[in-house]
Amino acid sequence: MISIKNVNKSFGDHHVLTDVSLEVPKSNVIALIGPSGAGKSTLIRTINALEPVDNGEILVDGISIHDKKTDINVARLNIGFVFQNFNLFPFLTALENVTISPMKVKGLSKEAAEKRGKELLTSLGLADKFDSYPSRLSGGQQQRVAIARALAMDPTVMLFDEPTSALDPEMVTEVLDAIRKLAKDGMTMVVVTHEMGFAKEICDEIVFMADGKIVERAAPSKFFTNPDTQRAQDFLSKVLNH
Amino acid sequence: MYQYNWSVIPQNMDVFIDGALKTLEISAIAILLAIPIGIIFGLGRISKNKVILFISSTYVEIIRGVPLLVLLMWIFYVLGQVFRLGSYWGSIVGLAIFAGAFIAEIVRTGIQAVPKGQMEAARSLGMSHTKAMTHIILPQAFRRVLPPLASQFIMLIKDSSLVSIIAATDLTLNAKNLVATSFRSIEVWTFVALIYFIMTFSLSLIIRYFEKRLLKSEA
Repeated sequence: MISIKNVNKSFGDHHVLTDVSLEVPKSNVIALIGPSGAGKSTLIRTINALEPVDNGEILVDGISIHDKKTDINVARLNIGFVFQNFNLFPFLTALENVTISPMKVKGLSKEAAEKRGKELLTSLGLADKFDSYPSRLSGGQQQRVAIARALAMDPTVMLFDEPTSALDPEMVTEVLDAIRKLAKDGMTMVVVTHEMGFAKEICDEIVFMADGKIVERAAPSKFFTNPDTQRAQDFLSKVLNH
Repeated sequence: MYQYNWSVIPQNMDVFIDGALKTLEISAIAILLAIPIGIIFGLGRISKNKVILFISSTYVEIIRGVPLLVLLMWIFYVLGQVFRLGSYWGSIVGLAIFAGAFIAEIVRTGIQAVPKGQMEAARSLGMSHTKAMTHIILPQAFRRVLPPLASQFIMLIKDSSLVSIIAATDLTLNAKNLVATSFRSIEVWTFVALIYFIMTFSLSLIIRYFEKRLLKSEA
């Protein structure tokens, strides 16, 4: 489904991604974990071209994302992206946030877009918040609206860039539940996260990154109990002993 | 000793009112012209096209770097020759070009003040750059731009007093003429200052009222 091949990226002199390759099969859930500055966010942002790459290739559902001939706006219809800071449109209600792109980009009628939008918001526990503005919603609610907004475009792939890092601890569960449900429904997902318990539970594979490279890849059960590399072991010892 | 005679005020109220109305008229038409000018050059200042960027930046820097008085003279005498503008339209065009440069900066900062994440979210949903600007960025920039835009209008009313230099009929010109005939300089200028103040202060109250209403709908 997602095919990342030999991707390199620098910000000026700083080499952020070095020869990164990764395959994400359909309906798989990958957790990208690692220390700050490892390149996890940068990598996930290259998948939908929010960041360009210096070289290498990324294919999503067969479409080459960084090929100049590709219409990136069309490619992005298949890729849902959820931001750490939600990035809801503040001047639109929750429902309007969810319906604006289906209407303006896909040309759906207001009725069709609102019907689907209401279904999605309801399934995420926001049935009473259709007409609420983002400023009136808690962080957890805003992030769930953001998830609904991404799902409203019917993507085949969902990308989550630290979806719970900006939330108060009490609200982390409601968002993780929403993501968990998507995983159960068979969505192909890449999740950058620091929530180790969550990663262990829902992911098919842990991808551990450090210093711009993929250091180790393993099934969660193996990674968290018996990682191969020293780097992974160091990381886990620091992270799991709070 | 200066002999005060305030009767010159009520005796010439029609002159003052005519002047005030003319000032408001010139300022209003000028700001209405200045807004599209400002939007075009403001967008030009953030264009990726180097030519558009250069032209827009040059316009803004030059106009903001020249005193309004000099600009009005230049437009009246130079453009006035080419387009045969009278002092009425010469002053309106001059004020519009002047305010347009400041509005361009207001528009530019309004757009750039919209957080980067908004464009990223819009693009991630499959919107093209144009669609994202139209549906997500500009509506937010618009809300940010209204208060400084309103201030610009109030400033224009005060700046418009300079059009008296090119003999355009306005409150200041009428005042000058009245002083010349009546010799009541202190009374006339005091009253004229009061009129300008009443105009700008009333407008600022009206603007404050609408700003409050606008904030309510978003919060």
